[in-house]
Amino acid sequence: MSNLQVSVYRYNPETDSAPYMQEFQVDTKGRDLMVLDVLHLMKEQDSGLAYRRSCREGVCGSDGMNMNGKNGLACITPLSDVVKGGKLTLRPLPGLPVIRDMVVDMGMFYKQYERIQPYLQNETPAPAIERLQSPEDRDKLDGLYECILCACCSTSCPSFWWNPDKFVGPAGLLQSYRFLADSRDTATRERLSELEDPFSLFRCRGIMNCVAVCPKGLNPTRAIGKIREMLLADAT
Amino acid sequence: MSNLRSLTFDAIIIGGGGSGLRAALELAKSGKKTAVLSKVFPTRSHTVSAQGGITCAIASADPNDDWRWHMYDTVKGGDYIADQDAAEYMCSEGPKAVFELEHMGLPFSRFDNGRIYQRPFGGQSKNFGEGGQAARTCAAADRTGHALLHTLYQNNLKNNTTFLNEWYAVDLVKNANNDVVGCIAMCIETGEVVHVKSKATVLATGGAGRIYASTTNALINTGDGIGMALRAGFPMQDMEMWQFHPTGIYGAGTLVTEGCRGEGGYLINKDGERFMERYAPNAKDLAGRDVVARSMVMEILEGRGCGDKGDHVFLKLDHLGEEVLGKRLPGIVELSKTFAHVDPAKDPIPVVPTCHYMMGGVPTNVHGQAIMQDENGNDQIINGLFACGEAACVSVHGANRLGGNSLLDLVVFGRAAGIFIEGALNEGINYLDASESDIEFAMKRMSRWNESEGGESVPALKAELQDIMQNSFGVFREEKNMVEGVQKLAELRERVANAHLPDKSNAFNTARVEALELDNLMEVAEATAIAALERKESRGAHSRYDYPDRDDVNWLKHSLYFPATKELKKRDVNFKPKTVDTFEPKVRTY
Repeated sequence: MSNLQVSVYRYNPETDSAPYMQEFQVDTKGRDLMVLDVLHLMKEQDSGLAYRRSCREGVCGSDGMNMNGKNGLACITPLSDVVKGGKLTLRPLPGLPVIRDMVVDMGMFYKQYERIQPYLQNETPAPAIERLQSPEDRDKLDGLYECILCACCSTSCPSFWWNPDKFVGPAGLLQSYRFLADSRDTATRERLSELEDPFSLFRCRGIMNCVAVCPKGLNPTRAIGKIREMLLADAT
Repeated sequence: MSNLRSLTFDAIIIGGGGSGLRAALELAKSGKKTAVLSKVFPTRSHTVSAQGGITCAIASADPNDDWRWHMYDTVKGGDYIADQDAAEYMCSEGPKAVFELEHMGLPFSRFDNGRIYQRPFGGQSKNFGEGGQAARTCAAADRTGHALLHTLYQNNLKNNTTFLNEWYAVDLVKNANNDVVGCIAMCIETGEVVHVKSKATVLATGGAGRIYASTTNALINTGDGIGMALRAGFPMQDMEMWQFHPTGIYGAGTLVTEGCRGEGGYLINKDGERFMERYAPNAKDLAGRDVVARSMVMEILEGRGCGDKGDHVFLKLDHLGEEVLGKRLPGIVELSKTFAHVDPAKDPIPVVPTCHYMMGGVPTNVHGQAIMQDENGNDQIINGLFACGEAACVSVHGANRLGGNSLLDLVVFGRAAGIFIEGALNEGINYLDASESDIEFAMKRMSRWNESEGGESVPALKAELQDIMQNSFGVFREEKNMVEGVQKLAELRERVANAHLPDKSNAFNTARVEALELDNLMEVAEATAIAALERKESRGAHSRYDYPDRDDVNWLKHSLYFPATKELKKRDVNFKPKTVDTFEPKVRTY
């Protein structure tokens, strides 16, 4: 796998009337590099290639992209996990407008995140020290708070592709449940009532692409199921 | 002039990491017209990578814990050039700032009694070093930075902070009186360049670990605020003080938290020996980071390193058991598998000291006000300029930062800067507007890149810079090697000044951002190199073969690097805390 053939999505709004795929030959020197390392090598060949990156260790969520058909983080995806037949195809996250090359406009994704009021709400006066929380109650936040907002899940979700303006999407709903599940949050009823309409939550069809692609191993589908249960219990 | 569009704010905060977001939150609540300008979406900032926790005497693990003990540890850890008024402020205000974070929703791990979980970290003691190891680091598993950064971002959303996300600050704008009155900034998405006018400009731009070839730092940590301040002619403090974290993953450089050793892990050499017992008989693996890093390098140099090349050591965690690893260190398990191909429940992790943190930075007081020196060597406030977080040097970390103190620094001094700026704005701030030529001056470097027609490439020059720093200014330093390093950097500066930006396009041009970042790396590297060469002693993280001892007669001082003359001067350390007795310098042992 010394010479890797990489096909990458290119689009510069100033010069290109339409996007196209560009072929690169990358010499990996036989190493099992991360996909992000391969992008760096490609950028040395063509400094114009645009992609986002920051922490390079899978915690900042900058470099979500589509690698040989599957969403993931380039910085923690080794070539041995994705390359097939010596070939790698890189595309931006599906379903969001492309700004340039691998860089997408995340606006709609962030808007859905903001919609669920992603902050703790508790109107009782705060004590002089911390609010107490039992380890068991704190355990309920595991698998929820670790989300890095990389958008791999929402941009792999057909329901989000169809209704990005109305369906909150797996990332936003996971965060919604992160606050619903927090013993310190008192806005449960308000949070649930915001999700009652046919789109915000109920557009989830249980396809589970979100679970398959989450680079942090989180399970938005389960969180969505929990919210459904809470809504049901609230209604009866 | 000027055809630049201008944006006007009461306060502009450059950087969307922990300190910037904490400052912004304070100002947003006050109703001042504030914006956070960040080159990445805020939750991509490097604070997100902090793992082990935030050190603070909240008296949870130990109901008798005392912030004064924490202050003692901090001053000792900094090898006595931490400013004691600043350390006092951080350690005493700390609990308030941590409880605020909890009230905002930060999902801290918990003890059975429902209080915040605290773990032992390096350099922590009870009763001023007399009472044994303390457990003072508040943690959200090993993802504390992530939890903290997201919580702060979320609360800024709640308080309607204005964000200029994916905007890049290019240079400071000064008026005729040398007051800072804003900056030049570029919207990365469109390439538009604007003049941001502001009565308070806060540098919250974080560290610059990318001056080294091997670092735990994110790719974005290029010292942009330091570069801007140096180009504006302002001095930098203690730039020779760089922390090498004992446990970067060998080869990849990614961080493995000190919390691993706090939870009971330890380092071993190729013979399987727990070698820290020899170097620090009391604290062992939880000695100061500088001490542990040096001990590791000694082991390697003396032929007891691990692996085929004998160039690293091992961090042993398997004895902790899967339950502790899964509960307290889940992120480390993930990182080890990904970057070292090791399951720490079964095998030790190969680690090596790796550049981690910049103790130096923009000298400030506890309110975040940036400081320079007048002709007589007296402190002088720089009007309009503030700094907080890793970009600032308050200095609470002195010559070596304690683990868990960086997150506390971010929130305490981000908050303090916000409070001070709110008060100053209420009292009224009036600076002369920048003239056309002032703005053109700040545009010079941007124009230089945009007009470049040939020359060397940015990535090649960056790699060369990183190699020089790695080879001449690492864990151990000595005169000859550093003199060569300084010369090489001077030559490199000429070449960087003539380097080429081939891609002049506007839309999301990351090559332009990387070119602008290279100038900042250059500034930080040169300040570091000259300060390291001139400080002729060993103190904290600055360790010299040719001057192996601490020299309190000549160097119980901050260093101050002046960019115009490339001179290094000295500045007094504060030994006057307000409510406790001075901690007098002692021999530092663990």
